[in-house]
Amino acid sequence: MSFPWANHYEPQNPLMKWVDEKLPLPRLVYNAVGAGYPVPRNLNYMYNFGVLAGFCLVLQIVTGVILAMHYAPNALVAFGSTEHTMRNVNWGWMLRYMHANGASFFFLVLYLHIFRGFYYGSYKAPREMIWLLGVVIFLLCMATAFMGYVLPWGQMSFWGAKVITGLFGAIPLVGEPLQIWLLGGYAPDNAALNRFFSLHFLLPFVIAGVVILHIWALHIPGSTNPTGVEVKKESDTVPFHPYYTAKDGFGLGVFLILYCLFVFFMPNALGHPDNYIEANPLSTPALIVPEWYFYPFYAILRAFTFDFILTAQLWGVLAMFSAILMWFFLPWLDRSPVRSASYRPLYRIFFWVLMVDMAALFYLGGAHAEEPYIMFSQLATAYYFLHFLVIVPIVSSIERPKPLPYSITEAVLGKDDDAQLGATVAAKA
Amino acid sequence: MIRLFAILIGLVFSGVALLSFGVGAYTFATEEHEATAEHEFHLAPKDVAYSFDGPFGKWDKVQLQRGYKVYKEVCAACHSLKFVSFRDLADLGYSEAQVKALAAEWQVPGIDPDTGEATLRPGLPTDRFPLVYPNDVAARAANNNAIPPDLSLMTKARHDGTNYVHSLLVGYADPATYKNAEGKSLAQEFPEFSTPPGLNFNPYFANLNLAMAAPLAADGQVTYDDGTTATVDQMATDVAAFLTWTAEPKMQQRKQTGLWFILFLVIATTLAYFSYRNIWSGKKPKKGSGE
Repeated sequence: MSFPWANHYEPQNPLMKWVDEKLPLPRLVYNAVGAGYPVPRNLNYMYNFGVLAGFCLVLQIVTGVILAMHYAPNALVAFGSTEHTMRNVNWGWMLRYMHANGASFFFLVLYLHIFRGFYYGSYKAPREMIWLLGVVIFLLCMATAFMGYVLPWGQMSFWGAKVITGLFGAIPLVGEPLQIWLLGGYAPDNAALNRFFSLHFLLPFVIAGVVILHIWALHIPGSTNPTGVEVKKESDTVPFHPYYTAKDGFGLGVFLILYCLFVFFMPNALGHPDNYIEANPLSTPALIVPEWYFYPFYAILRAFTFDFILTAQLWGVLAMFSAILMWFFLPWLDRSPVRSASYRPLYRIFFWVLMVDMAALFYLGGAHAEEPYIMFSQLATAYYFLHFLVIVPIVSSIERPKPLPYSITEAVLGKDDDAQLGATVAAKA
Repeated sequence: MIRLFAILIGLVFSGVALLSFGVGAYTFATEEHEATAEHEFHLAPKDVAYSFDGPFGKWDKVQLQRGYKVYKEVCAACHSLKFVSFRDLADLGYSEAQVKALAAEWQVPGIDPDTGEATLRPGLPTDRFPLVYPNDVAARAANNNAIPPDLSLMTKARHDGTNYVHSLLVGYADPATYKNAEGKSLAQEFPEFSTPPGLNFNPYFANLNLAMAAPLAADGQVTYDDGTTATVDQMATDVAAFLTWTAEPKMQQRKQTGLWFILFLVIATTLAYFSYRNIWSGKKPKKGSGE
């Protein structure tokens, strides 16, 4: 499960020895995120986001469990119970703002973590399982966040739930019964709110379980690194603790400063004002939008406006789900043996085009459904699908990568005494 | 094989998206674009400076008291404040006795202790502000088919809410003579624009016509206890401040707590940075990393 030169856990304290014999939990921690886990020595700050995502999950669970003590999942009183938390519960306002902004920051971190994976080829063999589990985590987070946004039972909660569950109604034949079954009625109401609350409480623990699998799978090959060259020897690595605990500690501090600026000084900047209006099935908001972290996929959903064989709505629904589900196939679409985009001149260009494209989708998903925004989202959607399904497979076949360093050690120190043979081979390849 | 399949699917999805784009672009290019009065003449709220702006902002309690008076004497005729309790008024600088007296000025629903029948009684500090109308039907019946919204959260329920409330209250105009900042006349640009009977023209309202008539009609409508001159603008500013407080009574506490959080985090992060540099000092090459 680890490199042969990994430090071994040898408890000195008699109590720790006693514990280790009965339940080697400290040993597990030591080997997982302690000095017993060797990690490439050249990880940059883009590798901080895994730990930060784990932190966000814990933060959401802790604040969420306390919020649930004051929340009432009933359509008659849900909105009022949230306001009760904000006004009358000691530090309730802080917990709620931490939880609401925590969701946004969780997604910010997840997106950066995923984009890091796109750039450094983290999904490639032998790390396919880590990637697959990561996509599962992302999907679970999306479901959890969506249901959480419904709970305050404001206008956007209600209409967001109505629009998103309405997507299932677009499926031919089974769509409408499916939608009614999911909601427990014809429109979101008490039945929907109750089940969303129940699932919103359950799913984070499911996510925590998949996170454990994600980390387990990660510890078999170990992390990627910015060169994409696999670890060869001890000088390529440093122990996770203290080297990356220190680096992650600093990263966590920067993250928390940014997070607290939002929580304490602009807590509603990322939300929609309409959600401070109590849900009203008789009054449709001028613009129904999800939270910002769903904007790219919402833009893709709305980009399909032309009935071509299937209805435009069904195209939109298929495209929106495919936009994420196709990430499952990424390890097999990108056949380039070189992982890091730093050594893939052609792929790197398209990666940055994708980043611009994502930025455009983020913007367009929140815009009014009118021209010229729709035209731009149609172009951005077209590129999104071309990128993953057409460009990535083709580029990986025709690209001529730059020569790789012999080892991480060589990349960091500029030379590696073991590299003489390897360097000549790499130059010829 | 999987890649061939993927390329086909990718071409289909992007092809249909581009088809939608083509149809949309053709329609966009060939269709005439009618500018709407809502689009051309709707205004974003004007910026007003408040004591509670910025990270160090604090309530101006005297202003909040003035705003409360405007709410009580003007807004409360139609608008409720259902999430606010009378005891919360202590935040405005009132003593316990004053809060009791203020609460008693309101009639809240109660139960007759002798008969058990529904009745009205003077408010207690623990009560919430009472509803104005028993239900939406009554609200519509009394207001020309419009429901006056509850104001507890109004400044958070609109973009730039505090400024919005102020601008809306001072923004009423006559559509026949209205000109915007660029000097364009509404009547000339959109001759067919008209404010339906029973509605009132206001460029700060999303569709320019709202049911509420200008509630602050004349200077001196409210007599301030602190001697401040009650111009319409002053009353609008004060009630916007008051409604900011009702929407977010913990704002000052929030910002002050936040300053301690940030101060602590900046120190902790600086220490974390130096300990990171210290721990890594032997592992980093002199000439910069190989990233």
